[in-house]
Parts: sequence; structure tokens; C-alpha cells
Amino acid sequence: MDNLEELRSALLQRVEEASDLEALDTVRVQALGKKGEITQHMKTLGSLAPEERKEAGQAFNLIKQAVAEAIEVRKTTLHEAALEARLAEEKVDVSLPGRPSTIGKLHPISQTLEELVAIFGEMGFSVAEGQHIEDDFHNFTALNIPPEHPARQEFDTFYMPEKEDGSRPVLRTHTSPVQIRSMQNTTLPIRIIAPGRTFRADHDATHSPMFHQVEGLVIDEKTNMGHLKGVLIEFCRAFFGVQDLPLRFRPSYFPFTEPSAEVDIGCSRSGGQLKIGGGDDWLEILGSGMVHPKVLENCGIDSTKYQGFAFGMGIERIAMLKYGIPDLRTFYDSDLRWMKHYGFLPMEMPSMVRGL
Amino acid sequence: MKFTLNWLKDHLDTDASLEAIVEKLSLIGLEVEGVENKADELKAFKTAKVIEAVQHPNADRLRVCQVQSDEGISQVVCGAPNARTGMIGVFAPVGSYVPGIDLTLKAGNLRGEDSNGMLVSEREMGLSDEHDGIIDLPEGTEVGVLIAEVLGLDDPIIEIAITPNRGDCLGVRGVARDLAAAGMGTLKPLKVEKIEGSFDSSINWKADAAVADDVPYVAGRYFRNLKNGPSPKWLQERLLAIGLRPISTLVDITNYVSFDLGRPLHVFDADKISGNLTMRYAKEGEEFLALDEETYKLSDTMVVIGDDNGAQGLGGVMGGLETGCSDDTTNMFLEVALFDPISVAMTGRKSGILSDARYRFERTVDSQSADWGVDVATQMVLDLCGGEVSNITSAGAIPIEKRTIDLRPSRIEDLCGVAVSKEKQIEILSILGFEVSEKGDLISAVVPSWRPDVELEACLVEEILRIYGYENIPEIQMAPASYLPQGVLTLVQRRVSNARTALCWRGLDEAVTFSFVSAAQADLFGSVPDSLRVANPISTDLDTMRPSILPTLVAAAARNTDRGYADNALFEVGPQYKDDTAKGQQQMATGLRSGNIAERHWESASRVVDVFDAKGDALAALSAAGAPVENLQVFTSAPPYFHPGRSGVLGLGPKNVLAAFGELHPRVLEAMDIKGPVVAFEVFLDNIPQPKVKKGESGKIKPALELSPFQSVDRDFAFLVDDSVEAGKLVRAVKGADKSLITDVVLFDIYKGKGVEDGQKSLAITVTLQPRDKTLTDEEIEAVSQKVIAQAMKATGGTLRR
Repeated sequence: MDNLEELRSALLQRVEEASDLEALDTVRVQALGKKGEITQHMKTLGSLAPEERKEAGQAFNLIKQAVAEAIEVRKTTLHEAALEARLAEEKVDVSLPGRPSTIGKLHPISQTLEELVAIFGEMGFSVAEGQHIEDDFHNFTALNIPPEHPARQEFDTFYMPEKEDGSRPVLRTHTSPVQIRSMQNTTLPIRIIAPGRTFRADHDATHSPMFHQVEGLVIDEKTNMGHLKGVLIEFCRAFFGVQDLPLRFRPSYFPFTEPSAEVDIGCSRSGGQLKIGGGDDWLEILGSGMVHPKVLENCGIDSTKYQGFAFGMGIERIAMLKYGIPDLRTFYDSDLRWMKHYGFLPMEMPSMVRGL
Repeated sequence: MKFTLNWLKDHLDTDASLEAIVEKLSLIGLEVEGVENKADELKAFKTAKVIEAVQHPNADRLRVCQVQSDEGISQVVCGAPNARTGMIGVFAPVGSYVPGIDLTLKAGNLRGEDSNGMLVSEREMGLSDEHDGIIDLPEGTEVGVLIAEVLGLDDPIIEIAITPNRGDCLGVRGVARDLAAAGMGTLKPLKVEKIEGSFDSSINWKADAAVADDVPYVAGRYFRNLKNGPSPKWLQERLLAIGLRPISTLVDITNYVSFDLGRPLHVFDADKISGNLTMRYAKEGEEFLALDEETYKLSDTMVVIGDDNGAQGLGGVMGGLETGCSDDTTNMFLEVALFDPISVAMTGRKSGILSDARYRFERTVDSQSADWGVDVATQMVLDLCGGEVSNITSAGAIPIEKRTIDLRPSRIEDLCGVAVSKEKQIEILSILGFEVSEKGDLISAVVPSWRPDVELEACLVEEILRIYGYENIPEIQMAPASYLPQGVLTLVQRRVSNARTALCWRGLDEAVTFSFVSAAQADLFGSVPDSLRVANPISTDLDTMRPSILPTLVAAAARNTDRGYADNALFEVGPQYKDDTAKGQQQMATGLRSGNIAERHWESASRVVDVFDAKGDALAALSAAGAPVENLQVFTSAPPYFHPGRSGVLGLGPKNVLAAFGELHPRVLEAMDIKGPVVAFEVFLDNIPQPKVKKGESGKIKPALELSPFQSVDRDFAFLVDDSVEAGKLVRAVKGADKSLITDVVLFDIYKGKGVEDGQKSLAITVTLQPRDKTLTDEEIEAVSQKVIAQAMKATGGTLRR
């Protein structure tokens, strides 16, 4: 049976020598195929005696098995090698930039507005808006600012052309007309914030002829200054993200509130750097007070039965303080570099439960 | 309003420290704007004697001085021409900081001579610009005394902001009264003595009956044989401390009384007045030469003080130059008047004159001061200038009307959440000058003449609370209206917010720009009614309410391009104005793109923005804002500031437009000085229909999803159509060919060129067929295909491309 052994080693050698999967398959066909060498040999067994046939059959089967196993092993090896070669060939320069996608940024005013909504919304304030071109009554007179009141001069009002009836519309100098309209048109109790554009004829480093304000208004039968204090402390601490932010309420004067208060937050200014919270200095951020009885009456609300508070602040101002934006004028310049730097990703939609 | 600590103490008997007073002022509503204490800045500087000054051996302009201070003798090299033996100067030793030259002194050597310290000038101390020589103090000045003390600068200056209602605190005495009420000491009584005149004034007050409302009362006195000239040191120092320039004793007295007691006065040189003085309205166009040496043209609503020669004073605002007092004045006529705040405000505003008198009269001066002001002024003039005084002459009457307000003591707690005892309430009001009595449960308060701002019960509440202290108001949590916070935004507000967010996701940056633009820019974007032109614009660049957000965005893109950033993708969600009504203010989501659509990339080619970017942006905003984008039709009727062939509108019908989009017109771009193309969109958020939600339903439920188990089939078709045929027409027609089977039609290719005749184009579409009850057979697919072809040909006049 020497030639069996020869056949075996010859076939195994050819398997080993197959240089790629294609060659290996050729070897497989040549060895194990229907017309392959082993098959051919096995076809000759018929001429043998039964004993010999059985023995030779077993021997061929063993060779067949060995070759098949060798082919499998070789196949795996070649497969690995082919994969390695492919991987080597497919190498790219991963330092090249990825495929770009662009996403825009929200303006800090929008972001701040959403934060205001998130905080005051939790406290049950809904959002009221209104027209920018207002009449004298809603912007001034209803707010207890008669025509010759010295406070009127402090508003630097923009006027629109006089109408045929002699009235002269104004660009609203604050969002208070929204409060007036709410008091005139809404059923009590009222709990609103009124954010929006406001206009004053003043233009320098710290004043813009257009800016944004948010005002708050609560009217019911028992809300007092203690509630005002509670709401504003809660708001300031949530908004600025400073848990123990100190607040100071100082008496002040506004024609539309009595008593009136200005509110300062604690800050430090060491090294020319303004830091909100702690410190030994105060920074004025908003005006507030109990709605003046005359204002209530001007809106048709019985001031002997109803009372409440109002407050107002500049949206740009609190955004500048919170986010460290140094210059008011840059808010309206639409400089792409500024927008990318100070803007907010649209997925950062503020919410109290997710964190501001 | 500025005053010094010692000045305050003229009226307030107190042991309180400067710090305590300053803190309390802010807490009672007199906000401190600054405290300046020169003594702190000058504490290194003391008086010293130059016991010897000899020529420097090696320098012509220097002297070597031996300076005797309270700490011994120091050698100082000095360059001042006036350094001399025996003089008393001001010495800054080694180690002290010299503010005027921003230097901390070190021991030095100048050309071989040691120099330990410095003899300083006023400029070096930061006191003035005086630098002709070192300070030369009077002989006999003690050595080793703080210079701040010697110069009377050791009195801290406090500056407070006065709110428009507190005219009474425009005098130091008013501030002292508030502090006394707040427990910072006691208010000293005001020493006022009636001084009898010794003769009748030769000048008398007259008043036209017509001015009675605007000038209820005026009094005056004639002073003769007095001596004017520089006022005493203490008076000059006080005026200098608060930033006023001393002029002459008589003028300084008027300024002093104005700031001390809030009582403006005026002094005429009696010899320059011709006849009597009359309060009257000016004649229209009458000219007046005021103390500021300007001539003003007056109008007939302004009150003037006139003599036989004309207007010699503008009532409550400013005196006249011709009758003013000078150092040579020996006879003076004093004016103490009451002017109506509104009248003074109007005159002041029209004339544009700012003065301390106007400032006080506008904010209402204590009516009773017209009485005691005469006595105070008389005393001071006689004390400082001597001479004799006449009897008082007057016209009109001081109003005696007194306001009484009843206060429910419980009102403090009702309005402020803090309980204050009735006794405390009475105490506070009393110290503030209210005449208080109890009327049953009520406190009845007569308002003092200097507090006309106190009008109602709420004002008394404020008075009590501000003195009691806002720090005593408790923090109270507002009871929530419900256990969980409720949705606080309206549907429209949410849509606006969503549109904004969607545009950011599309890659556009949000801008916020002014609501006003220049008329020229506005006119490029539509006609603006005159009612939208600002009457008093801050500049002509901002004089028109914008008819569109585009001008401000295009201007922003132009600015960015000039800075080197030409690839703009900007939007703004904000207002545009059609007219001056509430409805005319339209809520818009408007945006633009310029330059390239994406930054250059190694692998994907960049391209210039085009109309379809803008259309995509518009649709994204519309979709986010809840518009039924599936039902929108495109019309080619965009506004004229768009390119006529590259623009369109999206609407539910030709009259019901929700958005416009397109390339901006080259003419507009040229006028706005920006290189094109610029593509833009305008979404009318107000026009998006609101979904109908049935009562009692949340409106959140979505229609059931139908998922067919049968495979869908895609079939491609290409049609040759005339070049002018809109692709949208083909897509719409094919969609309608079999509504039950065709679920989608996508245009995937437009081809012109070889194989397609001139004037024609090939439009290729994929039609998706979705069977619902069984798999489609070849015959069924063929049947639908025939319908598609028939519909397409019918709608477009084209043919199937084979």
C-alpha cells in the first residue's frame, strides 16, 4: 500500500502549497471531486476481493478525511491571510476630517427667555405678549404716569406720528402695557409673565434703542410683598444657579407700584471680575412692588378687594450677568463668530427638572 | 444729591458711624451711589517745615531741603521753584503712595544727594491740576498735621440717588429726617427766627392774575448796604465738596440753602432792577439772556420775572445775567417763590435749561418753605454780608390745603406680609413729620407740606415699611395653583419656539435685530405707511418700523461678509409691521443664506446656495410650527424683492399664503451692498391654521397605523415634457392616478441634453405601489402603470420616454 501513503502525502502537500482560496478549491476538486483522484481510486476498488475492498475502502476514506481536514485548516489560514491583506489595503488616513453636519445656535435672548418660562412656569405663571406700537393710555396713563409726570421723561419714549384724533402712539417703553391689557381683559386671579421687545431713545455702550424686558404680574385677593420676595428669591437662585444667592430689597419709587422695591443680588468685584453670589457687594437687577391702587382702578379692578405684585427686569442684562457676555450692543449685531460663541444648541431646551 | 457727613450732622444728632449711615440710607430708599473720603486717600500726607533749602551742588534746578516732620528731619531733593527755607509744605515720606503720579516713594539719590521723601504739589496729591510749585501753607501752620484736616478735606462726601417722588430729600435736612425716623439719631430743630425789616422795600412783587396757578406765591426782601465778595472758608469748602464752584457770598448762600434745605432762592442786584418785579407769562418770542450767558427765545406758556426792561428771570429755572449779583453788589433783592412743578417742567424741557432750581421745583418744593425760606435767607445774608433788611413784600398766597389720610394698621400686614405694631407705625409717621392721631381703629395722618407725593393709604404703608425695613418682610412661598405645573405656553407660543429650534437644527444661527430700519432699506422690502415712521428716531438709520425682517438680516450678512465670513445662514423669529395696529404686527420666521452651503471639505464638493435651500428651510419651519405641509401648493407669486424666476410662495391656496422663498432680487442686493446670490424665506407664523380639537379631548391622539403585510413595489418612469412644464404638476397628476395603490411619487432625475430634443426635458419618477389585501400580479402592476402613464401624459402633454 505504499502508493496509498504516497497519494496521501502528495495530496496533503498540494493542499499545503495552495497559495490562495481559488487554488485550494482547485486542489479540493482534484482530490475529492467526482472526478478527483481519490474518487477515481475508489472506483477501482470494485475489482478487488470483498476483504481487500473493505480494507482499501477504509484506507481511502481515511485519506479522504485527512485531505478534507487539511483543506479546512488551509482554508481558514488562507481566509485569515486574505482578510489581513484586504484590511491592509483598505487602510485610510483617519486624521482626515469627518463628514460635516451643521447645526445653528439659538440666540442668548431666546435661551434666557426659555429659562424664564421654565422657572416661572413651574410657579404657575403663564406667558402673555402684546403689541409693540402702543397708545398713550396703556403705556403711561393707566400706569399712573400722567402726561406731565417727571417720571415720563425718564423713559426716553419713541413716538409715532400723531393721528387724526390728536393721539400719538408710542413704541412701548416697557412690557407693562401687556399687564394693563391682561388686567382689563382677563378674569382674576392673574399670574403672568410678559416678555418682549421694548424701545427707548437711548443709544450708548450700556443702552440700546431696542431691548427685551420681562415683567411679572400677580393679582388676587391676598398676594403680598412677602410672596413677591419669595418668588424673586426663588427665581434669582434658580436662574443664576447659586443656591445661597443673597438678595436685598430696597425701597424705591415707580409710579405704578406702592410700596416699591428695587432688588439687588450679592456679588463680588474682586480683581475687576464680576462674580454673582457671595462677596460683599450688591448689584441691582430688577424693580418691583405692590401694584398701585390707581393702576388697579384704571384697569377696572376693585382695589379694595384685589391686590398683587409686579416686577420687571431686562432680559439682556440678566443674560449678560449669567453668561458673562460683556457688551450689550453685540446682542443685535449678528456677528457669526459671536452667535457661534455665545449661542446655545437647540437641544438645550431649558427645564427645571432637567436642570437649567 | 451730594452732601458731607458733617453737613448731615448739622441736622442730625447722631453717634452712628459713616458705614452705618451709608448702609441705612440705601435701605430706606435713598440709594447710595458713592462715598468719597479724601482723608483716606491723603492719610500719608502731613504738614512739615522746610528748615533749610540750599542749592543742589550738582544741579541748577534742584534744591536740597531739610524737612522737619512729626517723625524727625529728612533730607529731600526738590525741583519746585518755590521751595525755600522756613516754608510750611506737605511732606510724603518714603513708603507713601502719591496718587497724582501713581508712585510709591522709595529712598533715592539725585545727582549725589540723598532724597528721602517728597514735598508735594496739589496735582501730585490728586487734588487739582495745580503744579506751579509745591504746596505753600500759611505761616504758623502746625507741623505734623494731616493735610486733609488742614485743607478741610476730612469730611466724607456721600452721594445718593433721589427718586422723582422725593423732592424733600433734595435738601440735606430731608435726608436727616429720614435717617432720624430710621433710628439713626434725632433731627435737630431748624433755627428760624423772624427778623423784622427796618424799612419798606422800594421794589415790590406783583403777579399777573393769569399766572396764579403756576406761581401761587412769591415773597421778597430788599437788602441794602451789604458787602458781597468771597464767601467764608467753611461755606466754600462745603460747596466744593459737592461739586459746586463758589462764586460770591450772595450766590453761594442761594446754592447753600438750595442744597441744605431744598429751598431754591434767587438774588437780584437791586440797583440793576428797573421798577417793580412782576410774575407774568412771557410774550411769544420774547428774548431772555440767562445767567449761563445764553439767549433764549421764550414762549407764552413760560413764567418770567419781569421788570420795566423785560424778562430778568425764567420762573423756577434760571435767573437773568443782566440783574445778577456781582462782587460789587451792595443792594440786593431776594426772591423766594413757589412754582408749579408741571409749569417748571414744561419750561425746562422747552428751553433745555438744566439747573438745580428746575430740578427741585419739578419735583415739588415744600410749600411752607416760601415762608421760612425768607427768614433763613435773611439770617444768612445779614450774618455774612451785613447791611439792613426791608419788610417783606409778597404776591399771592401760600396754599394751606392739608391732606389727611386714614390708615388701617392691619394694612401693613395685608400688603407686605409683616406685622408692625400700631405704636411703631405711629412713631415712624410722627418722626417723618406726619401729624398723627388715632380715630377708632384707624390712624389718621396729616401729610406734611414737604411730602405731596403721599397721596393714599398705600403711600403710608410704604412710608412705614421702608423705615421699618424691607429686610423684615418674610419670604413667603406662593401657593401653587395646582399640584403639578401646568402647560403655560399657548399653542402659538409653542409653535414659534418649535420653528426656532427647527431652523437651528437646519444649520441656521438665530439673530435678534432691531425692529426699525432706515426708510431706504424699508422701501426695498415693501411700501411702508406713514404711521410706521418713527417721529423722533435716534438716527435716520432707525426711523422706520420694518415691513420685513429681511433688511436687517441682509445687512447682518453684508457685515459678516465684510468681516470675511461670506457663508451666512441666519434667521430671526420676530415681528414685522404692516401697520400700527396689534394685528399689523406679524410674527415671522425669516431667514437667509449666502455664500456656500457648507464649508469646503476634502471629500464632498461645496456649492453655492440656491432657492431650494430656502424652500427647504421654509418647509422645515412650517412643519415644526404645525403647518399641514402635505397640503401646501407652490405658486410663483413671491413678493417683488425676490428674483422673479427663482422664487415662490407656499400656501393652502393662492390667497392663503404661509411662506415665501427664493433668491433675493439682484437689485435689492445691489442696494444693500452684498454680493449674491442670497436666498431667503419668510414664514408667516400667524397664518398657520390651528388644529381643531374637540372639547374634552387632548388632541394628542394619532390616527391608527396601517401596516400592509404585502410587499410594496417600486416602478420607475421617465417622461419627456415641454421645458416649461412644472415638475410638481407631473408628481401631483401621478399621485392621483390610483389613490388606493400609489403611496408615494418621488422625482429623482431631471435630464436635458443628448437624446432629448431641444425645448424638452426628461423627468424621471419612482412610483411606490402598496397593495393592502394581496400581492400584486404582473397584470395588475401593468394596469396601474398604464394609468400612471395616461395621467402623466394628460396633465403634462408629454410622452413616456422609452
